[in-house]
Amino acid sequence: MLPHGGKLVYRADNNKNIEGMQKMEVSEEIAVDIENIAYGVFSPLEGFMCRNDFENVVYNMRLENDLPWTIPIILDVNESFREGDEILLYSKNGMKAEMKIEEIYSYDKKELANKVFKTNDMAHPGVKKISGMKDKLIGGKITLIENGDHQFENYYLKPAETRVLFKEKRWKEIVAFQTRNVPHLGHEYVQKTALTFVDGLFINPIIGKKKHGDFKNEVILRAYDALIKNYYRNDTTVLSILRTEMRYAGPREAIFHAIMRKNFGCTHFIVGRDHAGVGNYYAPYEAHEIFNEFPDLGIIPIFFHSFFYCKKCGGVVNEKICPHDEKHHINFSGTAIRKMLINGESPPEIMMRKEVADVVMSYENPFVD
Amino acid sequence: MAEEYNLSIPASLAKKIKERIEGTGFDSISSYVTYVLRELLAEDEKENELTKEDEEKIKERLRALGYLD
Repeated sequence: MLPHGGKLVYRADNNKNIEGMQKMEVSEEIAVDIENIAYGVFSPLEGFMCRNDFENVVYNMRLENDLPWTIPIILDVNESFREGDEILLYSKNGMKAEMKIEEIYSYDKKELANKVFKTNDMAHPGVKKISGMKDKLIGGKITLIENGDHQFENYYLKPAETRVLFKEKRWKEIVAFQTRNVPHLGHEYVQKTALTFVDGLFINPIIGKKKHGDFKNEVILRAYDALIKNYYRNDTTVLSILRTEMRYAGPREAIFHAIMRKNFGCTHFIVGRDHAGVGNYYAPYEAHEIFNEFPDLGIIPIFFHSFFYCKKCGGVVNEKICPHDEKHHINFSGTAIRKMLINGESPPEIMMRKEVADVVMSYENPFVD
Repeated sequence: MAEEYNLSIPASLAKKIKERIEGTGFDSISSYVTYVLRELLAEDEKENELTKEDEEKIKERLRALGYLD
């Protein structure tokens, strides 16, 4: 599987001379974007977007060269830099990178939010974030000099590493599963159904800044460890994290998530109900429909509606295979499971594996404050 | 959009492509030809292949992390 754009980007050099450079501190989210650019997770991007790419992405969901790309990767600034400056970007967690500023440009925050998130409602976390951004953007290539310190280093693989791993495992077709939740039985059946038709399953939870009420990163990882140890074959399953923030851009983010997994070497990508959604900003299957606009994406989407437990069937099924009335169904509602966990109740085993529930319930507060 | 370059293809080929892209999401012959050519050229670019040494380093890390035996 070729990376997006044909070439896996690698832009890291720890021998770079940084003496005398102007400096700018960036947030940990930007620092992670820089690492993702440097290690090819965002291939073919080699830096933060200049105006042409930015505007094409915002209005056409494609880069200037017409490659599919749906989420702007941008860097906002207040400082009075000039085009041509070489600056040092650094973060509190120790990331250092050099950036050569190719272009400085202004942008319309409302328009950006409206196009990417389809709303200007400040209750949307993405809109709120944009409203707090600085007024200018700088575009240009970056070179990573030092990685930041991160948690969960043992679960972190770069695209060059997953590609070697898949090759060593002799997997030709790999399906990626994106998640930001602890797994319930619905997730397990989606993954295993997809895995049945390919060689390997790449479970790739997003570890990064999330919103209030989401599961904590550590809880998600420990829950998956418990699930995989007890219910998955380790010769067909890999668990590794993706460090990036959730944007909650629904359909656009589904495409972005698929592109990143293509760069990791995956051939298929599972798209569920309300993928990367928040609140009621996107229709439940909008993230499925958007894939029709990208026949040239280069990774095959696998669409699932939802799995549920059918009392008549006596197992986990989906709407395509279960002939029974809805009254026999128990849905794997994330909200209901969350409510049980908050109340200290273990979800029934037809909804969540006991080993997974035990992990979650071992935390006094498994959710982001 | 990036600067574009027009090229000519035989009408019979264009007709075949038109049939091929029906219902696929490609909205023009140009977008399909661009996609095919881009994929073809990328296949030929071997510049991002790892050296043997780099690949061994990666395998060592994968073994240390328990991803490979």
